[in-house]
Amino acid sequence: MSGNVARGLPPHAGSTAYINARVIDPTADTEYVGAVLISDGKIADFGPNLFASGAPYGIQSVDCQGLYLAPGIVDTRVHTGEPGEEHKETLDSAGVAAAVGGITSMVLLPDNEPPFDDASLIEFVARRARQIKLANMYAFGTLTVGLEGKELAEIGLLAEAGAVGFTDADHAVGNAQVMRRALYYAKAFDALIVHLPQEPTLSGGHMSSGVMATRLGLAGNPPLAEVMMVERDIRLVEMTGGRLHLAKISTAESVKAIAAAKARGLRITCDTAAPYFALNDLAVGDYRTFGKLVPPLRSEADREAIVEGLKSGVIDAIVSDHRPQDQDSKRVPFAQAEPGGIGLETLLPVSLELVHNGHLSLPRLFQRLSSAPARLFNLPGGRLAKGAPADLVLFDANYAWKIDRADLWSKTKNTPFDERPVQGRVMATIVGGRTIYRNDDFAPAAVAA
Amino acid sequence: MPRLPHLLGIEGLSPETISGLLDLSESYIEQNRSLDKRRDLLTGRTVINLFFENSTRTRTSFEVAAKRLGADVINMDVATSSVRKGETLLDTAMTLNAMRPDAIVVRHSESGAVNLLSQKVNCTVINAGDGQHEHPTQALLDALTIRRRRGRLEGLLVAICGDILHSRVARSNIHLLQIMGARVRVVGPPTLMPTDIDKMGVEVHYNMRTGLKDVDIVMMLRLQTERMQGSFVPSISEYFRFFGLDSEKLKVARPDALIMHPGPMNRGVEIDSEVADDLDRSVIHEQVEMGVAVRMACLDALIGGRRNAMGAAA
Repeated sequence: MSGNVARGLPPHAGSTAYINARVIDPTADTEYVGAVLISDGKIADFGPNLFASGAPYGIQSVDCQGLYLAPGIVDTRVHTGEPGEEHKETLDSAGVAAAVGGITSMVLLPDNEPPFDDASLIEFVARRARQIKLANMYAFGTLTVGLEGKELAEIGLLAEAGAVGFTDADHAVGNAQVMRRALYYAKAFDALIVHLPQEPTLSGGHMSSGVMATRLGLAGNPPLAEVMMVERDIRLVEMTGGRLHLAKISTAESVKAIAAAKARGLRITCDTAAPYFALNDLAVGDYRTFGKLVPPLRSEADREAIVEGLKSGVIDAIVSDHRPQDQDSKRVPFAQAEPGGIGLETLLPVSLELVHNGHLSLPRLFQRLSSAPARLFNLPGGRLAKGAPADLVLFDANYAWKIDRADLWSKTKNTPFDERPVQGRVMATIVGGRTIYRNDDFAPAAVAA
Repeated sequence: MPRLPHLLGIEGLSPETISGLLDLSESYIEQNRSLDKRRDLLTGRTVINLFFENSTRTRTSFEVAAKRLGADVINMDVATSSVRKGETLLDTAMTLNAMRPDAIVVRHSESGAVNLLSQKVNCTVINAGDGQHEHPTQALLDALTIRRRRGRLEGLLVAICGDILHSRVARSNIHLLQIMGARVRVVGPPTLMPTDIDKMGVEVHYNMRTGLKDVDIVMMLRLQTERMQGSFVPSISEYFRFFGLDSEKLKVARPDALIMHPGPMNRGVEIDSEVADDLDRSVIHEQVEMGVAVRMACLDALIGGRRNAMGAAA
């Protein structure tokens, strides 16, 4: 662990100029050498010619030393153990990991104990976030009562309490009638429904079906289980006129089906998580339970299709799908292990592989990481715009290092990317104008011009 | 002009027929308010109330109406469970038909059951509510209530709010109000809206504040308890918060907007007591009174001495 996480620091009373930065503007699809001016926690100005001859007198300036400066990451799929399983992760420890990972806003999944099917729990998250003073924290409400997929949760009341969307997290809603009514009902509140497409009766296996599962002797979960549900949901969106976001797309067939639905003008968006474009089912070799995820890691052909989906824009967003599991949950035979991996701190370096491999430009990558998720969930950050919150990430895209789970700040260490060499590291994270994380390798003297 | 052999629904009735029935109803209001309520117009006629679904209020209203016109009334409450099959319904109809009644007033839980029965009997059939299809006398009594308060139906803006999907009252009112030149909005959660309801010529709203804006009439519908426990609406508290009528939501309606409800009300679910009991605006009790007059007019028009006159007007 290197660097400092700082909370509660007030933003500089006046204005701060981040100069000499390689600024990434995902909305305009550009990057340039320039500056960003922050005033009262908001972006006051930015551009290639801003402060080209130095910041004016009276404005504190931070020399970014040629590092990249982009809108902070908006991670819309984060699970923490609070409330219910604080030994796995607390909102505080997740906030620290997010700060280190360059994540300035995160949306918490509702599958806690108790699940977020009550407005008081949504308010609890908002209250804790104000106390923690790190990344912005929002929460999903559950789609159905108790995540049981039977009765609709109080979507209207939860939305009033601040829920940014409705999902049963990793539980798919198998009952088509319930899903249909959910899509209809949510229309009254223009609420976004987020669904993990997995046909429940087909997805009972422990890893993706295929030669690897056969060799390991593990029950398979066929890729078909995903696309079947994707296609059902597309039909229901068509019927109801509802708004649906499909989560964690992992198969080639799903990408194809979603592309066709989008071409027909349906209100469907989707995301994928970093493991699905960075790993395939070989990562489960030797029964590595850190590679046991929901949905399971797929074949190489599926992984390549996910990369293509990100390139073409069929997949709108990238999420961490951060799901901490303690040793008791993972150090058991593969079939008995709890699924899930942590991902807040590795999201940016792993996603940067898409840039290093020539699949995406940096502005396009930050469309998937920042601007698209903020837009989809109607969150204030995620973009460079005058008046937008000063939520930024400063990073070195070429910094080479090896992920070592022992060095991660998260409370649990179950990363599927352990020992992976990566290129790119967060140097500073700024939320609302406050620097909440600074890496030891980035220690510029803040100079008054 | 076709004669009116039955009253199976509002759909297809002419404005003249509806106006004729409302005019006739008016004449019975005074009779009902007088000390001597009985006339012998239907003396010697037999009316059978055949209720396959419980409804004390509607059945009593029909019974009072028929008795005030001097008819003999037989009430038959048939448990739904014993009439599961089509043949049994028709067997019942044929049996009753053989007793030569003049009118059978039928309520049934299945849409279309009353139409089916009407095809098998020789007497007049009056629909007292069939499934989710129609409840014509309710729409007529609502129209009578509005007409007496506002002097007209034409040009009024009416919001029908709540469980439109399962409501026969909503369907009959949509037909009647549109036939008479009123504009209709339906307001409720999307889960309780029938598919393509907008193609019936109504405005669809999912938000009470937009749905009630500037309306002349607010018609609330009853929410059945089974809808609250299913996946149609999440909970009573959520339903009341967003779709229940309270004074706050009513502020956007016209200041003199009338509040109506077919009863029985779920207070604190679809309507707040403060609004339901507002003497200046709530006409809920008046609706019950108009119900008897309307049913007398229907019996009169269909089987009474004025049958031919109404037939000519139909």
